[in-house]
Amino acid sequence: MLEGAIMAQTISTPTASPSGAARRLWLIIAGAALAWLAAYNIIQPLADWLTFTLIGLERGSHLGESLAFFLYDVPKILLLLGGMIFAISTLRSFFSAERTRALLGGRREGVGNVLAAGLGVLTPFCSCSAVPLFIGFVESGIPLGVTFSFLIAAPMVNEVALVLLFGMFGWGIAALYLLAGLSVAIVAGVIIGRLKMERYVEDFVWQIKGGGGAVAEQRPTWAERFAQAWQSTREIVGKVWLYVVIGIAVGAGIHGFVPADALAGVMGADAWWSVPAAVLLGVPLYANAAGVIPVVQALMAKGAALGTVLAFMMSVVALSLPEMIILRRVLKPRLIATFIGVVSAGIIAIGYLFNLVI
Amino acid sequence: MLNVKVLGSGCANCKRLEALVRKTVADRGLDAEVEKVTDYAQMMRWNIMQTPGLVVNDVLVSAGRIPSEAEIAGWLA
Repeated sequence: MLEGAIMAQTISTPTASPSGAARRLWLIIAGAALAWLAAYNIIQPLADWLTFTLIGLERGSHLGESLAFFLYDVPKILLLLGGMIFAISTLRSFFSAERTRALLGGRREGVGNVLAAGLGVLTPFCSCSAVPLFIGFVESGIPLGVTFSFLIAAPMVNEVALVLLFGMFGWGIAALYLLAGLSVAIVAGVIIGRLKMERYVEDFVWQIKGGGGAVAEQRPTWAERFAQAWQSTREIVGKVWLYVVIGIAVGAGIHGFVPADALAGVMGADAWWSVPAAVLLGVPLYANAAGVIPVVQALMAKGAALGTVLAFMMSVVALSLPEMIILRRVLKPRLIATFIGVVSAGIIAIGYLFNLVI
Repeated sequence: MLNVKVLGSGCANCKRLEALVRKTVADRGLDAEVEKVTDYAQMMRWNIMQTPGLVVNDVLVSAGRIPSEAEIAGWLA
């Protein structure tokens, strides 16, 4: 009897305290969400009050409108970035490169490309892991074209770009960007697969025989998921916030001082050369991807066409010089050139399509 | 003596992990040598898909994240 009671107690005690901790964890998350919502709703009146009441600038004046725009947009975008990247990182903790590889194993081309592009968006990815990931995919027998669909989608449809597009243009354009990015990744992957370029992968990749299997994956607890998400949120926001602030400052200047439609001639839908020019311009701009979007938004308000602007953005994030240099370790120049060519063509096609349709 | 390898090509997280491992070893006065592996062909012996990876006595213990100092100390104990 007594023994049974003690056993029941030892069994119940350890489960009781984690559930208490879990309740506290969810309370913290809920509290943070409420505080976030309150802050998000207070920034517009606060920015107006600061600009027009406290500083006393006139409504409708260049300087006043620019400052109010800046004071509203900076906290808004930073709040959006923080909140949504935390949510996305938590979601991503359910995906891993290993699981993605297992899901892609043995898929036919076509279906494989679609799945790879989709997983490219959801799997946590850092361009510094591009090489081991590439080797891991190819070595386990995933077709080259399918691997490329993943490698194109992962950086192009990244969370910072999506959050900024959502914050500055609304969900419609963010969704368009997501669809366009997935399409480019799928089609470019299919084309690269058809070109049969396996011999332009560096030879050592085919010789690697992975020995000791990967670490046994353990299911993380919610506390671990949130802790990990919090860490990556701090890391990402810490890396991009300055670019965002500078970008918004430049954007605010353009908003207040550049006359409307000043750019319609250069970046409007009628200037046929603007789309390829935008793609070309975007390649060396990788580091400033976070700062580019606020500027681009201001350009659009002054008459630049949506397709041109989206093409520019995609080129900034998908065709970055640093990533090409990293990938050169496993790809021969011919395959790198093909990769750049096919992706550029896809982005240009998307740019023209949007300029034509919208 | 323990042999510890940090697998990574020089990304920010790889450097951070290496520093953390060295700190753990120094703080606890452990008898371990810490190596950095930057060659991909060698790194792939452990079949990792995401850097940084951590290898203790030829066994991969973590990949794709920076473990906490307590975890690292546990593997080195």
